[in-house]
Amino acid sequence: MSESNHSGTTSMPSSKRAFDIVTDSLGKRYAAEKRFRIYGIVSIMLAIAFLLILLVSIVSKGLPAFTYTQVQLPITYDETVVDPEGGRDVDTLSRANYSALIKSSLRELFPEVTERSELRKLNKIVSSGADFLLRNRILENPDLIGTQEQVWLPVDDEVDTYLLLKDNEAFGTGRLSESQVSWVNRLIQDGKMENRFNRTFFTASDSREPESAGILGALVGSALTLLITLIISFPLGVAAAVYLEEFAPKNRWTDLIEVNINNLAAVPSIIFGLLGLAVFINFFGLPRSAPLVGGLVLSLMTLPTIIIASRASLKSVPPSIREGALGIGASKMQTVTHHVLPLALPGMMTGTIIGMAQALGETAPLLMIGMVAFIVEVPGGIFDSATVLPVQIYLWADSPERAFVALTSATIMVLLTFLILMNGLAVLLRKRFEKRW
Amino acid sequence: MNNKAIFALVGLVSASIVGISTQAFAASRDNISIVGSSTVYPFSTTVAEQFGKSTKFKTPKVESTGTGGGMKLFCKGVGVDTPDMTNASRRIKDSEYQQCLDNGVKEIVEVKIGYDGIVIANSKKADLLDLTLKDIYLALAKDIPNPDGSEGTIPNPHKTWKDVNSALPADKIEVLGPPPTSGTRDAFVELAMEGGCKKFDWIKALKKSDKSAYKTQCHTIREDGAYIEAGENDNLIVQKLEANPKALGIFGYSFLDQNSDIVQGSKVGGVNPTFDAIASGDYPVSRALYFYAKKAHIGVIPGMKEFLAEFTSEKAWGPDGYLSEKGLIPLPDNERSGMASSVNNLDALKLASQ
Repeated sequence: MSESNHSGTTSMPSSKRAFDIVTDSLGKRYAAEKRFRIYGIVSIMLAIAFLLILLVSIVSKGLPAFTYTQVQLPITYDETVVDPEGGRDVDTLSRANYSALIKSSLRELFPEVTERSELRKLNKIVSSGADFLLRNRILENPDLIGTQEQVWLPVDDEVDTYLLLKDNEAFGTGRLSESQVSWVNRLIQDGKMENRFNRTFFTASDSREPESAGILGALVGSALTLLITLIISFPLGVAAAVYLEEFAPKNRWTDLIEVNINNLAAVPSIIFGLLGLAVFINFFGLPRSAPLVGGLVLSLMTLPTIIIASRASLKSVPPSIREGALGIGASKMQTVTHHVLPLALPGMMTGTIIGMAQALGETAPLLMIGMVAFIVEVPGGIFDSATVLPVQIYLWADSPERAFVALTSATIMVLLTFLILMNGLAVLLRKRFEKRW
Repeated sequence: MNNKAIFALVGLVSASIVGISTQAFAASRDNISIVGSSTVYPFSTTVAEQFGKSTKFKTPKVESTGTGGGMKLFCKGVGVDTPDMTNASRRIKDSEYQQCLDNGVKEIVEVKIGYDGIVIANSKKADLLDLTLKDIYLALAKDIPNPDGSEGTIPNPHKTWKDVNSALPADKIEVLGPPPTSGTRDAFVELAMEGGCKKFDWIKALKKSDKSAYKTQCHTIREDGAYIEAGENDNLIVQKLEANPKALGIFGYSFLDQNSDIVQGSKVGGVNPTFDAIASGDYPVSRALYFYAKKAHIGVIPGMKEFLAEFTSEKAWGPDGYLSEKGLIPLPDNERSGMASSVNNLDALKLASQ
């Protein structure tokens, strides 16, 4: 390019000027380009660094939650305590005083503790939820009554927090008393207290005791909510996209609809929550806190995303496919359903999965419809009260007990895993099935 | 892809939505529904969990909506589609009570459950502060009384704690606290700010002559960056204090209790914010916590009466109860037994305005 420029300007008196200007400024231009690249690299590095800091802090805080300190106690299922009437009646068995079994076992291990207030402290080493574990064991297998077995029971969250932080000098003995610390140390020396895999985290629902709290309820709630979202938003989104792209006449009305769909995609999600409260709960009278309402609200939120992605993928199907089909006598509908839709479907599914992943991480709209709540029972259907994973994170992050910090980060890890899996699936679908023309 | 299948699916979904919405949900609900304050939430949920585990009833659902939001839902009317109880970190207001009455919520059982201290804490790396209510007011108010002693105000000129009181360190005033939507903020303003504000005689006299001017004078927190609204998350404030030893934070006593290795509560009026000092009333910045129950729902929603009994039992709200372990400061013995019996009789609330 500079050559032709050069030959064109030789006849002029001020010859080689343009050429010189270009040559002289070349170094500057290269430097500018280099700088520009460096800006880009720096911003990417910064983004990666922040991401790493975030991940490292979440993982390092969250990992302790996957294990929990447990204590091995010899439990004697005394028939006079568990089933005084001997009828093996479920009602009697479930209301028996199982904490008495734990207390007597602790008392046997530490016979030297006799004073009342010290005994209370001793009993506090074991989680206050441990008696329910024993109850469940007995209800599952009533033949255990009258026998003795070694049971691993979770300790109180104060003990677990102490063992986690005891190397920190400022923490000292935390909220444990000196005597409790000495008992804990003795149990560790005897090999009766150790860090074991925290099954409760995956099998229990929300609890105010960190050692009995788990994510099952929130996980099921998220699954039910997303199921509703998928059932509603995918067919509606695809149908809307197909109509707008393939059938609708191009006029003022369809333009208006298109603009509005694009606008809807940018509406803050809390607005959808307010809409859900007004329409689904107040007008239709659907129950508060139910995954059904959550799913409806989130599908309003994901619909624009799905419509936009679906339209883009319909647009990318080349006209020759449609013309070919029409040319050999297919009807308009046959063209769409037999040829265009199958080719566009991978792109539509990718859009849907990304929309779903967005919905999975949403809390703001759920605040308005009562899904930010303490719910202990695992939801059994779309009408039961439920929370979702991000709400669980929010609720635990606000709890005063130290042990919830680890649970919060562990739940974030679970949520991130699901998001990565969903996005991975979207990438996979695109790689496997998307056709390029 | 079969087009018939798509249309069938779309039809099915829309039919089911219509079907669901027309179905009567109001028919029954077998778990108690509780809404309200995020300060009472930890206590309410603890009782709910115990109640669910130890009785045949389902575990109540507890929503954290904030005191005002809870009142709004609670007072919307009577019926299974409205909450049965609401938690509050302050007493019900006359206006809210009136709204309840207007909407047919005639009989409300008020339960005062205990106290929550509001602490002004800093990092353990810094020195323990000894503040008075007057110091707090002079450090955080938007306009302070004229320093020359005459009536009238000037915009708060104080930059450091030493400006406020020469006995305090020369550190910049930097206080992390809750936003105006929070019940903790309401209580802090009412107890600490107003408490310090009243120390000026002419302002105290103002209360009688011009109540709204008095409120503006005492309740307005400065907006020049010395008071930083840190959101509703008290754990976040604790973490920020750890990172910045010069800053102070305002939050509930239970967070101080759980993080006593990181933060320390400043003395207020010479009193340390300890469990005993708050319980005895010596610590000046503490507030009562309440919950309200609809009498009309008792007998309709299973377990209401039993839940009230559980909440007001000694093993829950007593000095050695499980709520005290969660940081609730129990009511004095006589007040507690009086409250328990009035809850047992389901005495309906009567406000002075009635």
